Amino acid sequence: MHRVAEFYRSTPGKKFVTTVTGAVLFAYVVLHTLGNLQIYFGTRMLNAYAGLLHSVPGLVWAVRFVIALSGTLHVVAAVQLTIRNWGSRPIRYMVQRYREADWAGRTMIWSGTGVAAFAVYHVLHLALGSVHPDFVPGDVYHNVMAGLLVLPVSIIYIAAVVLLGLHLYHGLWSFFQTLGWSHPLYDSWRRAFATAFAVGVVAGNVSIPVTVLLRLIS
Amino acid sequence: MRLTLHIWRQRNRNDRGRFVKYEINDVSPDMSFLEMLDVLNQRLIEHGEEPVAFEHDCREGICGCCGMVINGVANGPEKGTTVCQLHLRHFRDGDVIYIEPWRSRAFPAIKDLVVDRSALDRIMQAGGFISVRAGSAPEANTVLIPKETAELAMDAAGCIGCGACVASCPNGAAALFVAAKISHLGLLPQGQPERHRRARAMVRQMDREGFGACSNHRECEAVCPKRISIRFIALANRDFLKESLAPSEATSGKAKNAKK
Ligand code: HEM
Ligand code: FES
Repeated sequence: MHRVAEFYRSTPGKKFVTTVTGAVLFAYVVLHTLGNLQIYFGTRMLNAYAGLLHSVPGLVWAVRFVIALSGTLHVVAAVQLTIRNWGSRPIRYMVQRYREADWAGRTMIWSGTGVAAFAVYHVLHLALGSVHPDFVPGDVYHNVMAGLLVLPVSIIYIAAVVLLGLHLYHGLWSFFQTLGWSHPLYDSWRRAFATAFAVGVVAGNVSIPVTVLLRLIS
Repeated sequence: MRLTLHIWRQRNRNDRGRFVKYEINDVSPDMSFLEMLDVLNQRLIEHGEEPVAFEHDCREGICGCCGMVINGVANGPEKGTTVCQLHLRHFRDGDVIYIEPWRSRAFPAIKDLVVDRSALDRIMQAGGFISVRAGSAPEANTVLIPKETAELAMDAAGCIGCGACVASCPNGAAALFVAAKISHLGLLPQGQPERHRRARAMVRQMDREGFGACSNHRECEAVCPKRISIRFIALANRDFLKESLAPSEATSGKAKNAKK
């Protein structure tokens, strides 16, 4: 078997794929969050930023391609690993108490599935506008405002971001371990890094529907 | 002390198994957990019943065969302790205790609390060795090893292969065991010739045995009686990634090209 095929067939190989693609998705999430926060600088700024992204030839499609590819690889490898893991203990314990394995880590497949479902909805809602009550192509600021003023919609956004936060809380820490990036000098920073970015992504993105709902910006 | 025990009883591989409740009231807090089972078994034998099968050998925490899950925690409530070294003083009078065997697809049941852990032996056979020149023992200290390196290798070598890492892992992964073995040999000069091939061979066998995959839950480290750090999983991942993605020119099977 070719070495690369053998690598992907192995469990650490699949895990390597989830971690590299997870890092790409994470980088996108951070940039996207920073972009979103421009809403606080007003209509002109956000729409100008959106216009700028679309004015660079090929940029939007290149990013879409990378995200779709990373997302697909991430999901396929993660689902294969999860199915394998579910089969590894045919008879369960009567009593099982975890000392370290936290809830965020044990529910990666569900937080991931939630994020995937949301991603589909989000594209239909704010990118294509097909499930948006009052979509104006090009007027990003208006679309966000009008979209998030609908309470159930805002709740979906907030819930999805919290799920993403849980995913990142475990995933970003796990990332270092999977790549073998463990060193006594830096290990204590790994937890701090994961927590900080998970909290940052959640706080940044949750703030938007909350401010819209409270009509702090309009 | 009085204790209520719910012990997993299973006659053989094909038996479905069930919990059986035993009341025990003549044990002392100074007894070890296994001594308590001895007391119970003595009573069962006197009543003409089948004693509870459990594995034990050294009873001093070094052979690694006495593992069982006690109230949901592999090797019981005391950190860094095998079951034979666990004493009843860590329980309270009147406690209800569930005792179960290691549960893993890769560890088929044999009887009661005894499971077949030879999957771990087969992983060792796949790569957990070094090749040495046979003959008389070499002069001591001919191969110099920095003390820190020796200590780190010894930390990994502390693994007694009990399987608690597998038993406790939410995914039933054997990553900590395999990583300890890969690291212990890979850190020392004697382990260098096979270092990367070893990582690949042991991981391949680990996957064949049907263990789950490591999700970095850290549960293994928390129950390991030898407190082996998951840092070794990271070290072993490095060796595995290196061998899989960037093997040395000499071992990649394409060495002949270097002549041209
Ligand atoms: C914005 C989207 C996402 C980001 C940033 C992300 C990020 C990550 C990261 C960094 C990891 C850690 C990899 C490691 O442990 O080394 C991870 C693991 C995982 N992801 Fe995602 N992920 C995303 C979406 C998804 C989706 C859509 C799924 C759907 C199934 C998913 C399922 C999983 C699972 C199951 C794991 C754990 C795999 C394992 O340890 O066995 N993720 N993710
Ligand atoms: S009997 Fe040897 S470690 Fe417990």
